[in-house]
Amino acid sequence: MADEKDREEIIVAEFHKKIKEAFEVFDHESNNTVDVRQSHSIAQAGAQWSDLGSLQPPPPGFKRFSCLSLPSTRNSEITEIGTIIRSLGCCPTEGELHDLIAEVEEEEPTGYIRFEKFLPVMTEILLERKYRPIPEDVLLRAFEVLDSAKRGFLTKDELIKYMTEEGEPFSQEEMEEMLSAAIDPESNSINYKDYITMMVIDEN
Amino acid sequence: MGCSSSSTKTRRSDTSLRAALIIQNWYRGYKARLKARQHYALTIFQSIEYADEQGQMQLSTFFSFMLENYTHIHKEELELRNQSLESEQDMRDRWDYVDSIDVPDSYNGPRLQFPLTCTDIDLLLEAFKEQQILHAHYVLEVLFETKKVLKQMPNFTHIQTSPSKEVTICGDLHGKLDDLFLIFYKNGLPSERNPYVFNGDFVDRGKNSIEILMILCVSFLVYPNDLHLNRGNHEDFMMNLRYGFTKEILHKYKLHGKRILQILEEFYAWLPIGTIVDNEILVIHGGISETTDLNLLHRVERNKMKSVLIPPTETNRDHDTDSKHNKVGVTFNAHGRIKTNGSPTEHLTEHEWEQIIDILWSDPRGKNGCFPNTCRGGGCYFGPDVTSKILNKYQLKMLIRSHECKPEGYEICHDGKVVTIFSASNYYEEGSNRGAYIKLCSGTTPRFFQYQVTKATCFQPLRQRVDTMENSAIKILRERVISRKSDLTRAFQLQDHRKSGKLSVSQWAFCMENILGLNLPWRSLSSNLVNIDQNGNVEYMSSSQNIRIEKPVQEAHSTLVETLYRYRSDLEIIFNAIDTDHSGLISVEEFRAMWKLFSSHYNVHIDDSQVNKLANIMDLNKDGSIDFNEFLKAFYVVHRCEDLMKPDVTNLG
Repeated sequence: MADEKDREEIIVAEFHKKIKEAFEVFDHESNNTVDVRQSHSIAQAGAQWSDLGSLQPPPPGFKRFSCLSLPSTRNSEITEIGTIIRSLGCCPTEGELHDLIAEVEEEEPTGYIRFEKFLPVMTEILLERKYRPIPEDVLLRAFEVLDSAKRGFLTKDELIKYMTEEGEPFSQEEMEEMLSAAIDPESNSINYKDYITMMVIDEN
Repeated sequence: MGCSSSSTKTRRSDTSLRAALIIQNWYRGYKARLKARQHYALTIFQSIEYADEQGQMQLSTFFSFMLENYTHIHKEELELRNQSLESEQDMRDRWDYVDSIDVPDSYNGPRLQFPLTCTDIDLLLEAFKEQQILHAHYVLEVLFETKKVLKQMPNFTHIQTSPSKEVTICGDLHGKLDDLFLIFYKNGLPSERNPYVFNGDFVDRGKNSIEILMILCVSFLVYPNDLHLNRGNHEDFMMNLRYGFTKEILHKYKLHGKRILQILEEFYAWLPIGTIVDNEILVIHGGISETTDLNLLHRVERNKMKSVLIPPTETNRDHDTDSKHNKVGVTFNAHGRIKTNGSPTEHLTEHEWEQIIDILWSDPRGKNGCFPNTCRGGGCYFGPDVTSKILNKYQLKMLIRSHECKPEGYEICHDGKVVTIFSASNYYEEGSNRGAYIKLCSGTTPRFFQYQVTKATCFQPLRQRVDTMENSAIKILRERVISRKSDLTRAFQLQDHRKSGKLSVSQWAFCMENILGLNLPWRSLSSNLVNIDQNGNVEYMSSSQNIRIEKPVQEAHSTLVETLYRYRSDLEIIFNAIDTDHSGLISVEEFRAMWKLFSSHYNVHIDDSQVNKLANIMDLNKDGSIDFNEFLKAFYVVHRCEDLMKPDVTNLG
């Protein structure tokens, strides 16, 4: 029994180190905080400030996550916390991510997440094996559901329609990204079985 | 999470919603992991870059050490600085540097007409687009003339903007000509109505440093009041020795390269320290420290700041009591000439020197306070409180600086008071970062413009771009690992009590971090560097399986090879410093002496007989001299690509 406790402690300690590493990569200021907003991704025309005297960083690009099938054409801003959590192997939905961030944010949202608050929450997620990644077969079946005519592929328009109008809609940037790798330019469609296989190989 | 394929209408929208959700969720996870890999790659590049810079700074102590001990070789080249009038000196210099070189009729490159006009700017741009090389005569003339004009300028250039005359501020270019072309394309050429500030680091790393320098200098000569140049930490002949500019010049200008290098040394020192826009924005290359004294910096004789690796000598430490001591200090320049300086006013005081180092090397950080910049080895880390204090002290509103590569080409910190602007896109690798520039005008908000110079990769999916970057970063990291193989092996074996050849990931990460001195996410990187067995343990010797240092000669002992490989950059700099006529040759005796000094200073224990043997072997034609470049080229790292089944050779050039 003592052995098991030891082993658990070792596992927890390893998780702690792993989380710290992932966190530090995004902690640009080296002060144990990570930006909640993706403040760096400003589009071509540049950042606008109110006045030179009281310069503030750009306004929060906090994405309003929703599970409703609302169309969204805004540029998505993936929060760095979301990236960290996902890079540790978890797959929360946007809605779940939104809740997680609310849990680790400060009472007065400063726009930063502190490591001290993030660590226990993230450790628990890893210990409880929450937000497991989607298995390949589930993913395949999801595509098959959308492909009601059972053709083995989805047209580009169909994919766009589903991804940007249903579920937690993609931003334009996300949609373009997915299309660039998924669509076969000749047939203008995505053979989802091949696509999944390719992506799975990529990840491993 | 089953998806029922029921065909009833009411349930259909529900299931398709859930299906869409699954796909979106999965895709976002995938994309996030790509982003994380991209960040890891960037972290690797940056850590190694800064660790190298720190190593560079440490060379300065070695140089002092060397001067004290390295006596016999250049006594005959001992020169006393003439006290002659400056103008006479200039006249003599002009003949030496410029007029004595003819441009042959057969030369097909651009021919500049002095005094320069905007026609010459166009001419240069067109020629460089065709990849032509400007003749050494013009290079020297341009540098010479630019130096003359720079000499008249104060340490800080003051400029004013107006609604019809915005100023554009660009950051590091580092020899990336395509980025400069892109900036001019997007933003227009410099002119009276389109002023520019280039905030240092025009040279090194990229392969067109001289072309960029020429374009900037010619533009400066045509529009001296509208094109402003600030000195960066790479406008330093010692830095150029390591980071590529010296090599570029000697390669492109085989005949007159040495002259160009000589004039560059002085040219750099005359570059202004900074620019002040509308009396409220300070533009400098690196940053500030809590002791930054702008008044002193306005007054200091900036041309005495030769190099970050040549700190002020003993004589200047007690500036006041100088007359009492009769000590003669020595200085050492890249050409091996040891100059004695009887006069203390040849150099800056230590305080002045540090003030300039802070300006050229510091980095802003989130933590309050001011700390030595341990990553780079020079300047400091300054916090938001330091920024507020200094800006308030001099009634300034903002600090614009460069010096650090940012993924988006710019970054705002310290509550909007500090802006980093970086103009070399794809700095580390294709796809690593964007470049940016700022347009400023008093009374309106600053505007940022981003760009990325890419060739075919522009339209590649994210995954491929990340792959390229990651492969590059991992390769560099592997080379680092192999260069410390002996030390690492020793550390691993100490931890491996059971002599199993395996360690836990934790133990492995601990050793890696301590020996390599790089603060990286080792656990996440482990799968790229070593084999991991099914129990999650690391086979620590597997990192050296697919990669080895090619021995220049069979007889060389592997530890010697490893040590020489590890210190090759340092050796290259020291060698270049000794090789006064840039012939590429040093005598066997010089090699031995240099190596002895180096190893005793760095506490490297290599058997003397080993070194002698190597030196003798390298002297291929047995004439007593070693071609050092051949010697260095002989050390390269061989990566074995598992899929390709043939070695992928990385030359260390």
